[in-house]
Amino acid sequence: MDLLEYQGKQLFARHGLKVSSGKAVTTVEDALVAADEVGYPVVVKAQVLIGGRGKAGGVKLAANESEAREHAANILGMDIKGHTVRTVWIEHASDIASEYYASVLLDRSAKQPLVIFSVEGGVDIEEVAERTPEKLIRHHVDSLAGLSHAEGAQIAREGGADADIVDGVADALVALYEVWLEEDATLAEINPLIVTPEREVKALDSKVSLDGNALYRHPENQGLSDKENEDPLERRAKEEGLQFVKLDGDIGILGNGAGLVMSTLDVVAGAGGSPANFLDAGGGSNAETIKQAVDLILANEAVRAVLVNIFAGITRCDEVALGLIAAFGEIKPSVPFVVRLDGTNDVEGRRLLSEAALPNVHSAKTMNEAAEMVVALAAGRPVGAAA
Amino acid sequence: MSVLVDESTRLCVAGITGREGSFHTLNNRRYGTNVVGGVTPGKGGQDVEGIPVFDSWADAMAEAQPNTAMIFVPPRFAADAILEAATAGVALVIAITEGIPAHDELRVYNTLKRDHPGTRLIGPNCPGILSPGKTNVGIIPASFFEQGNVGVVSRSGTLTYQIGNEIARAGFGCSSIVGIGGDPVPGSSFVDVLELFEADDDTELVVLSGEIGGSAEEEAAEYIAENMSKPVVAYIAGFTAPAGKQMGHAGAIVSGSSGTAAAKAQALEAKGVRVGRTPTEAAAIAVEVLGGASVGA
Repeated sequence: MDLLEYQGKQLFARHGLKVSSGKAVTTVEDALVAADEVGYPVVVKAQVLIGGRGKAGGVKLAANESEAREHAANILGMDIKGHTVRTVWIEHASDIASEYYASVLLDRSAKQPLVIFSVEGGVDIEEVAERTPEKLIRHHVDSLAGLSHAEGAQIAREGGADADIVDGVADALVALYEVWLEEDATLAEINPLIVTPEREVKALDSKVSLDGNALYRHPENQGLSDKENEDPLERRAKEEGLQFVKLDGDIGILGNGAGLVMSTLDVVAGAGGSPANFLDAGGGSNAETIKQAVDLILANEAVRAVLVNIFAGITRCDEVALGLIAAFGEIKPSVPFVVRLDGTNDVEGRRLLSEAALPNVHSAKTMNEAAEMVVALAAGRPVGAAA
Repeated sequence: MSVLVDESTRLCVAGITGREGSFHTLNNRRYGTNVVGGVTPGKGGQDVEGIPVFDSWADAMAEAQPNTAMIFVPPRFAADAILEAATAGVALVIAITEGIPAHDELRVYNTLKRDHPGTRLIGPNCPGILSPGKTNVGIIPASFFEQGNVGVVSRSGTLTYQIGNEIARAGFGCSSIVGIGGDPVPGSSFVDVLELFEADDDTELVVLSGEIGGSAEEEAAEYIAENMSKPVVAYIAGFTAPAGKQMGHAGAIVSGSSGTAAAKAQALEAKGVRVGRTPTEAAAIAVEVLGGASVGA
């Protein structure tokens, strides 16, 4: 779960990281009130979960009220790569002496937390890694011991932080590590971490991803993320407990098990089709789950054909068949379906489907055959020609 | 032979009194697995169709001497259950539970490494391990697999069934099927399991089924090139997955330019591992290498 900049900064502040005072607002009027409160000059920053806000004109400095009004009016409602700006963050502009970079993330390969620090902040850190790798300090932390202040200071010195602010950087790194650990984050990043002319170390931006599996122990974080820009179908899937990702194509996909569904998307793409979604109905899915899943897939108006690909282990094919029959009874889909049932109780499942004689439902024996059939149907070709 | 589970397995199950836990435990026992007990705090002294239930792993160890633990408890209790089984001295812990917080997995992995080096963890969020004809620990539907000489190691459950079933239909079987799970910090990696298959006399070929996210497949490619004498055939899922979107498994997410299916397939092929473009093709390559008739790809 990715947080907006201001949400991340609020977490930072809670753990003692210095951030500028600011306010999240959704109207121009409130933006002006907030600017008065934090004091000019202010920065007006678009709150969207996408990079490149600055280049898109979503981050502007305002020296006075008329500039703040102009920028807030321009940025609110702006579209940045498909994300509509509904919230802007108004904060007091900071004077900057240096821009550093700091992050803590889960290194899956080393199976330890990784602290990354660089005095070359404010730019794309992957560029720094490529051009001047020696300026990027990578330090693995013993997760059972945690990050000590002394370790933080050593990272700061190694990275070439100015001597007088080594302590300040170490404090920031320890606080960032605490954010990562105590908020169950998978990533906590500050770019840039600035040093002010007064030699204060401050987080000017934030990028935080929280682990959805750990939200139960952080009730205060449950309302976060960019709810308004969430795809409505993905939001609905989440509420119904279905693993759903919307894609750009026209072939609806329903399967069981994340690996098999990913594989189904690939096989459909390989057959020349374009999947409209990823939907994992999960292991042990019953008739009701299948019905909900069909409903969700068909709520996407781009869908021109649907592929149901089940290899049942703990799922039972007869349950899947009953779910499909129930779904057809209620929804009466107008697009063709291709169904491939294999595994536990497959014979019974196929028998139920064939007896129900659902309109425009085609049965396939293998995954590859099913993919070719659904691609043909989505393109308006009769099946058999491609299969 | 086979790897990790066989006739010498003595299984004890955390969460045996739950609905899923009891269902799959009894399924495993029906297959022939020697189930010696279960653990549910507060329910010691009860039994599940004759399988004794203990209050703690220490009690279970004292009374029933399990050498294998299966974890079926809800996510918030799973980390402690794994560590309790390890503390009691269980050598192999297989965690089926899905949805454990990543930080818990990190703590478990590093605690086991530091304090319980004698305990191996498989999973979490995995379907378990099946050694056909011998023992089944977990939720893998045994009927899709035959006994034979193909070792299978996979991050995904259903995809494993798909590949294993195609191998069975072509007339071949498996030594063991090991699901390592789809989470960010699995207890055992591809490399750990490849090492076991390399040493297993019954395994002639290994099928590795990977997916997007992380770098476990790339690490496996390095290991195969340097340490494996047996052929390895691979399949990777997720070529069409967009970056930044989590595809079901908590570990299946492409971040930036790393962890893509194309990069993984390339890394494996660069080390001489043949990679099937579909599960069917991967199974066909495996069958071809074993000397059987190639099934239609």
